[in-house]
Amino acid sequence: MNIVILVKLVPDLVEELTVDTSGIALDTAWLRLIINEFDDHAIEQGILLKERGGGQVTVVAADIEGVDDVLFTAAAKGADRLIKVKADFTGVNNHALARAFTTVIKELQPDLVLTGVQANNDLDGSLGPLLAGCLEMPYVGYLSGVSLAEGKTKVRKEYPGGLIAEMDVTLPAVLGIQAAEQPPRYVAVSKVRQVMKTSTIEERTVSGLDMTGGPTLARMFQTEAGQRATMITGSPDEVAAKLVGIFKELGVL
Amino acid sequence: MPERIDFWGIPFTWGSPAIYVYFLMALGSVILLVRFFQRARLWWQVGRREVRWDRIHIRLWRVLKHAILQVKVLRQKYPGIMHIGLAWGFFTFFLGTALATIDAHFLKILQGNVYLVYKFVLDTFTLLFLIGAGMAAYRRFIQRPRRLTLEPGFTWSLVLITLVVLGGWFTESLRLAVEKPAWGLWSPLGWLLAQAWIATGAADTTLMNWHLGIWSFHLLLVTLTISTLPVGTLLHILTGPLNVFFSKLDRPAGQLAPIPQTAKGEPIYASTLRDLTWKQLLDGDACTECGRCQDACPAFASGKPLSPKQVILGVRAALRQDGLGLLNKDAKAPFLAGEKITDDVLWSCTTCGACVCECPILIEHVDAIVDMRRYLVIEGRMDTELQGALENLGRYGNSFGQSERMRARWTQPIQPPIKDARREPVEYLWFVGDYASYSPTLTDVTVKTAEVFRKAGLDFGILYDAERNAGNDVRRVGEEGLFEMLVEKNSMVLSKCTYQAIVTTDPHTYNTLKNEYPVSGNERRPVLHYAELLDQLIASGKLKFSKKLGYKVTYHDPCYLGRYNGVYEAPRRVIEATGCELIELPRHKDGSFCCGAGGGRIWMAEGEIQERPSESRIREAVKLGKVTTFVVACPKDVTMFRDAVKTTGNEQFVEVKDLIELVHAAL
Amino acid sequence: MNQDIYVVIEHLRGQVAEISFVMLAGARELAKGLGGNVVAVLLGHNAQGLAGNPSAGSGKYLSADKVLYIDHPALADFTSDAYQKALAGLVGKDQPRAVLFGSTSIGTDLASTLSIKLGLPMVSSCRSFSADGKFISQICGGKIMAEGDLPGPTALVTMVPGGYKAEQGQSAQAPGITQVEIPALESLRVTLAGYIEPEAGDVDIAKEPVLVSVGRGIQNQDNISLAEDLAKALGGVVSGSRPVIDQGWLATSRLVGKSGKHVKPKIYLALGISGAPEHAEAITDSNTIIAINTDPAAPIFNIAKYGAEIDLFDLVEVLTAQVKAAKGS
Repeated sequence: MNIVILVKLVPDLVEELTVDTSGIALDTAWLRLIINEFDDHAIEQGILLKERGGGQVTVVAADIEGVDDVLFTAAAKGADRLIKVKADFTGVNNHALARAFTTVIKELQPDLVLTGVQANNDLDGSLGPLLAGCLEMPYVGYLSGVSLAEGKTKVRKEYPGGLIAEMDVTLPAVLGIQAAEQPPRYVAVSKVRQVMKTSTIEERTVSGLDMTGGPTLARMFQTEAGQRATMITGSPDEVAAKLVGIFKELGVL
Repeated sequence: MPERIDFWGIPFTWGSPAIYVYFLMALGSVILLVRFFQRARLWWQVGRREVRWDRIHIRLWRVLKHAILQVKVLRQKYPGIMHIGLAWGFFTFFLGTALATIDAHFLKILQGNVYLVYKFVLDTFTLLFLIGAGMAAYRRFIQRPRRLTLEPGFTWSLVLITLVVLGGWFTESLRLAVEKPAWGLWSPLGWLLAQAWIATGAADTTLMNWHLGIWSFHLLLVTLTISTLPVGTLLHILTGPLNVFFSKLDRPAGQLAPIPQTAKGEPIYASTLRDLTWKQLLDGDACTECGRCQDACPAFASGKPLSPKQVILGVRAALRQDGLGLLNKDAKAPFLAGEKITDDVLWSCTTCGACVCECPILIEHVDAIVDMRRYLVIEGRMDTELQGALENLGRYGNSFGQSERMRARWTQPIQPPIKDARREPVEYLWFVGDYASYSPTLTDVTVKTAEVFRKAGLDFGILYDAERNAGNDVRRVGEEGLFEMLVEKNSMVLSKCTYQAIVTTDPHTYNTLKNEYPVSGNERRPVLHYAELLDQLIASGKLKFSKKLGYKVTYHDPCYLGRYNGVYEAPRRVIEATGCELIELPRHKDGSFCCGAGGGRIWMAEGEIQERPSESRIREAVKLGKVTTFVVACPKDVTMFRDAVKTTGNEQFVEVKDLIELVHAAL
Repeated sequence: MNQDIYVVIEHLRGQVAEISFVMLAGARELAKGLGGNVVAVLLGHNAQGLAGNPSAGSGKYLSADKVLYIDHPALADFTSDAYQKALAGLVGKDQPRAVLFGSTSIGTDLASTLSIKLGLPMVSSCRSFSADGKFISQICGGKIMAEGDLPGPTALVTMVPGGYKAEQGQSAQAPGITQVEIPALESLRVTLAGYIEPEAGDVDIAKEPVLVSVGRGIQNQDNISLAEDLAKALGGVVSGSRPVIDQGWLATSRLVGKSGKHVKPKIYLALGISGAPEHAEAITDSNTIIAINTDPAAPIFNIAKYGAEIDLFDLVEVLTAQVKAAKGS
């Protein structure tokens, strides 16, 4: 079973996000890029599938700052091959990424392509279904379970209210992972450091990114507070007292 | 003239008794040595190599202090006196027998006054021994404290040695009953019993027959004791002093050893017996099962599955079960963490060091637990909360998961701004620490600390956003790689600063900066806990108080300030200087009872517990009666104990204050 | 090629999803400016009834100028391959100005792939449209908004709730239905094996008047008992956001969010919840949201009525005590 996992690095929402002087992009000065948490789940799901049924796991990402660490961590978890795609990624959108990855993925001839169902900076669709379009493979997203059978895969798709749909998908296919069957495992720093010494990251270069398909922005801005909540201040006792007052007003007390 | 007579009353009809005696002693000794070697060789043939032969003079001094004088055993009165009676009794009898042997064959010393003193001393120790044995019997059968292993093996040993000593007393008294020497009162105990024999009216020949019988029985019992020593509970007579001799010397208590490596440079994680050092295997065999460590353990007291005693006995059990098989180099060693020593057991430890402090023979429990944790971490075997905390520490340098840029947010209202130690030289570099920086409930205390430093005219600065968790508890959790990464980052920042000393309010930070951070260059700049700094400032007059607070307070010695680094008096002097009256908690100084947050426990799920260590501690303080303030010197203690005051419903009785709050109020 | 706005109606097991109405409302706004029609696109099998009266007996119809209905056995339940192929044919032929999809488990399986297949531009996470035909999208956990002209010639748009109320997409009149034929749907690569019902929880949080909801800020499972005490005192139950359920600290039946339940309690007390869009969309219909969070920039404060920037661990027990005292008196 040949599994390929695509990973994107996205803005860390812990930091304050601001817009740069162009007015249509995020300011990168204090921006920290971290692995898209859904891609982290995709890696975990991929490793689980390998542990259960054998096979090879390849992790592919765009070569931007911080990607080496992410790829080596995946290797420390059990990924076999690491590939980073080099290109000029300024202002890249998901359509361009999907096209850039398509050539690399075709060469790998995977049975299964996994990626996170979405990323927090998606503005022109998500990488997974775009890739599926480029590769002409079927796509199912919002998955919380994947198991493999001969020539196909059985997936568990999440709907609101906790409802799950079980579907059969013929391979090769692209799957969008919402949650892996177990939370992403912990990898000790020393293990990652050790892997850095023994593993290598292969490189592929792609020239000229095709951004068609994405929107053109007029402006980007921080979400306005709008009607901000009425803030209650004071000591815990004072805040509690005011809340009790509100509860009484609403007839709950 | 009083003198010792070889083999008094023993007939020579079947040859010299010496033949029998030396034959049996030789036989017993050979059996002892063979059996002991069989046990001992497992240590170095299964376990890893480690150098513990250096500085023999210090090691011998330790043996004197702990194996002979037994200062740690004496920390508890009843069992202390009991064991001193038994042990010193035996040392004396051993020496006495050695002297007798010398007297018999080499140099006639046991005569005249020397002999009388010799007899008197032996008799005194016989009495002490018998009192000890009586105390031991009472303890084992009536008191039955939970920490002891109440198994037949221990009873047999007690019975055996008591019979041996009784045998000695009886034979001596029978001789005195027959000989009735003028100096008889120099053996007061023997003389007393002799009167009883005399009172029976038995003829001298009868008495001498009894003497022969008891003497022979005594000889056989001693042979039995010697031959069974390596397999019974008396093994600690040998392994105890050995364990003390080989105790760790190369590093201070607050410093953990780095991860060992194979010859090829690959790390060794403690997953099987083979990965433990020979000394750690000796630790297992040396344990006397006294259970003092278990009694001192906060995790055990709260109902967690960890008992330091059981961890060490777990190593012993594994060695007894698998040791022989592992002599075959190709044999596969079963995992340690799993059956007896479960993951839950290992994760329950707060690394407070109370077990190590209590152990009379210097077993190193914490090191073994951390070694095994290192293996669990590599395997990713931990609860999700600890995982989250470690991931945050790796990404943000703090366990709260907040941006580095928020670290110095607490300084915003302070005018003029606190110096930035990265940009300008300072005298004192204040390493603030995660909890003091990020925890909203502690901001108040941190700000007060800054105000006190200002009032004292200190030239100080902080690292602002560049500071990272110092890594003490990351290391104790077993994530050595992350610890190294944090040390690298902090050291790099520190190396670019100009300062005379580091000061911190967090004992954990203090411990690792002081004991574990590498020293660059030839200079070693002092690391101070703020209690030490305040103490110095008060002593030099730079910090003056305008009022005497007059509170009745008690003080909780933080584990990493007190037990690990010996700082007990400085905070007490500071408390006194603020005009407060200090009433000591029953468990104070090196007996202090951990709040339960250390060793990464504050980052883990609490799990099933009966009573939190912090709650037990607050109840201990309230029981003192007159105390209104519970003083701490660690930010995590503030958090833990304030919570405990609430959950135990003691808000009316006691208030938790950081030492700096007292100082601030008294300025 | 026309100026119509097509809306792909989402339905699951005989129920039209609320997002469909939100999209219809958005489509109406767009259509006003462009001068086209709002066309609801309904795919299914024997599902005409949904167009006629989507919530049986409620008198609320899809607010559309007309409904295009495609019937095929393979479309009875949603599967990405079949729906995609059917839509590709329709959109390719009709070439509307825009096609709206829900940013959901259904919509996102379709929109991006169609964008590549048909070579049409797309915009995702769209919250609302402006009168002059601009889209306004929300990204980065709700912290950043992006605005731009609706791309052409046909824009594929995925929509998130929050910009419009469901009522705005409902009408009292049934729209007209036109059935559309499509070529055969063959060699489908995705088939439905079956549904798995959610575990019947002890409570239905959607029916509770008071929800004390916990997020990542609760830090660990043991602390949830604090929330339970408060909930009990207030006559409600505990619910949680995704991170809490993912950790296994609460049952899935207690999940409030995009993949969980939408709730409209009288009081929604959010403890240590940041208010990311996936969660926010599920609680906006609450009567009163009260947010407790130490982060002043948490998005939840933008949808809450009352807020306090205080540590929940300092507040909860004090509040529980005061509530109990108030009840006692």
